[in-house]
Amino acid sequence: MDLLSDYIIHLADNALILGHRNSEWTGHGPILEQDIALSNIALDLVGQSRNFYQLAAGRLSELTPGLTISEDDLAYLRDVNEFRNFVLLEQDNGDWAKTILRQFYFSIYQYLLYKELLASKYPAIAAISEKSIKETRYHVKWSSEWVVRLGDGTPESHRRMLDARQELNPWISELFIPVDFDYEAAATGAGILPDTLQEEWFQRVNHVFESAGLPLLSFEKKNMHILSGKKGVHSEHLGYLLEEMQFLQRAYPGSNW
Amino acid sequence: MNKEQIIDILSEVKDPEIPVLTISDLGILRNVVISGDLIQVQITPTYSGCPAMDVIREDIRELLAKHGMQHVEIEQVLSPAWTSDWMTETGRQKLEAYGIAAPALHGCLLSGDDRPESCPLCHSKNIEMISRFGSTACKALYRCIDCQEPFDYFKCH
Repeated sequence: MDLLSDYIIHLADNALILGHRNSEWTGHGPILEQDIALSNIALDLVGQSRNFYQLAAGRLSELTPGLTISEDDLAYLRDVNEFRNFVLLEQDNGDWAKTILRQFYFSIYQYLLYKELLASKYPAIAAISEKSIKETRYHVKWSSEWVVRLGDGTPESHRRMLDARQELNPWISELFIPVDFDYEAAATGAGILPDTLQEEWFQRVNHVFESAGLPLLSFEKKNMHILSGKKGVHSEHLGYLLEEMQFLQRAYPGSNW
Repeated sequence: MNKEQIIDILSEVKDPEIPVLTISDLGILRNVVISGDLIQVQITPTYSGCPAMDVIREDIRELLAKHGMQHVEIEQVLSPAWTSDWMTETGRQKLEAYGIAAPALHGCLLSGDDRPESCPLCHSKNIEMISRFGSTACKALYRCIDCQEPFDYFKCH
């Protein structure tokens, strides 16, 4: 397997899985405006994932003579252990606070990552990052406002933010732990090592937590789990997600709009 | 047919979500390259997930076929990334006349001052944001405090 393709697929899977989770709110948002907001963020993320999948599919097809792989093959015909997204992103939506916090954590991560990838020596990765970062900046803004609104809102909303942190915090450390494809990406200049983003990520998250009246967050190594989405070792949630997301292509292979 | 003529023909293609704007008004038609009988059309999306892009591709293909051009390739270009500054002045005027506030010009991304100048209906500057997201990825929702009408704002991007 080509490690650089894995790296690109990891970027794609992150965007697709969170995009899919967000799309589950469509028609169920607490108020219409926010239902629309989350659906639009889902759309941005799925769009970004398509760009990365197309890139990976082209690369894999080139590397494997006689084999043509499409973006749909990658999104719809891989199983749980082949997905390379963070475990954080496949967690169930929970309540609004949990969905907001997950989005906030990931948007800040994605923003910092894209900022570095603008200088990627792999021109297509740089181009997708240049396109995506403008959308991600907006997601950071929106989700930060919500973290403050909930954290600094009512005792109930504050409590829910604390609960959401409790549930999601175990999955933070994975964002910063490099795996084989990160090393390859960094060595070739296509990508970066994620641990280089850690310090600024905590600064930015804590800056918002401060305005939200929430306790500050520190990196806890003890949070490290045996699960690693980047290595294909996922939580139980991903299987259920894929079952729904991939249903059509699995039941009716090759079907098209 | 030369490049200018083809660009001219393609200027008829509308954005299916904001049908007063053409792809030229939006600045998403980037280039046309003719090599022999092959015509390559380069377009760039406004947002990564813009669902209008697939329809626009089909419309381009159909329109060129109508003019006898069958051998057409449509290429998506991501860099340089589209910015709302690429919308033409005509496009901005059409948008306002349609009831959607035109995007603030670019400095807004740095200054954080991403808001419409005035209400597209009564031109009052007394406006407030309802939601950062509107009916499509490229729009936010505002309200005019004077005429009390809600309106879409084409975001500065």
